Amino acid sequence: MITPALVLSAVLFVIGTLGVLVRRNAIIMFLCIELQLNAVNLAFVAFSRLHGIEGQIFVFFVMTVAAAEAAVGLAIIISIFRHYETVNVDNFKLLRW
Amino acid sequence: MVDILFYVFAAVAIGGALGVVMAKSPVGSLLFMVTTLASVAGTYVLLEAHFLAAIQIIVYAGAIMVLFLFVIMLLNLGHDYHRDLKGGAYAVVSFAIVGAMAGMLQRQLRGSGITDAVASGGRAIDAAIAEHGAIGAIAEPLYTTYVVAFEITGILLLVAIVGALVLAKRNVA
Repeated sequence: MITPALVLSAVLFVIGTLGVLVRRNAIIMFLCIELQLNAVNLAFVAFSRLHGIEGQIFVFFVMTVAAAEAAVGLAIIISIFRHYETVNVDNFKLLRW
Repeated sequence: MVDILFYVFAAVAIGGALGVVMAKSPVGSLLFMVTTLASVAGTYVLLEAHFLAAIQIIVYAGAIMVLFLFVIMLLNLGHDYHRDLKGGAYAVVSFAIVGAMAGMLQRQLRGSGITDAVASGGRAIDAAIAEHGAIGAIAEPLYTTYVVAFEITGILLLVAIVGALVLAKRNVA
């Protein structure tokens, strides 16, 4: 069960990366980052079968950080939306060449 | 039986993940994401991480996804149905990067030599669950060995709350 879980984790992480790279909607990019975090969590849980309970405790911390990140990130998206009236990342080019 | 269940969960998770990337509407993406999170919670159960499976459903699929949905509806993005995939050279480069990453992960997994036969940690976890229960097995090290990290997590959440309030407040200046 460990190796299939690691494969699933790798697949989910790759799909998440693809989503971050190809989508323009900032909220969906953000959702794909959550997907990547989840893939890493799955790898941690799989490795906890190998190395003990610490993997599961780390997942607990990753989830907390994901929650904090979601709150702050969505607040940033809201304030960007107030300014630009859109969440399409192509329109945010102040710090971009 | 467990193997079949795992592959069902894995298929649903991968399908949901593809749906997140492909769906036109942000709300559709979000619902696919909830599907993926629920199936990943199912694989957690099969990997004997029952507490994390419950937390995954309650906190992730429940609270965090509802927060996303709330923001989508607040910004009125629910009927944003046009495709927003990046095209052209950018998409080609993206797929190349992702393909390289998949290849690297596949090589790592093939060379790792991990099998269920060497899973000594699993036996330790099963013993801890038998002794303390599914929550106690996590809580005991969390509140003893890792108590400092746990407290710092509390501070992190406080900072995140304050940060979110300051950022989302109107008329910051």
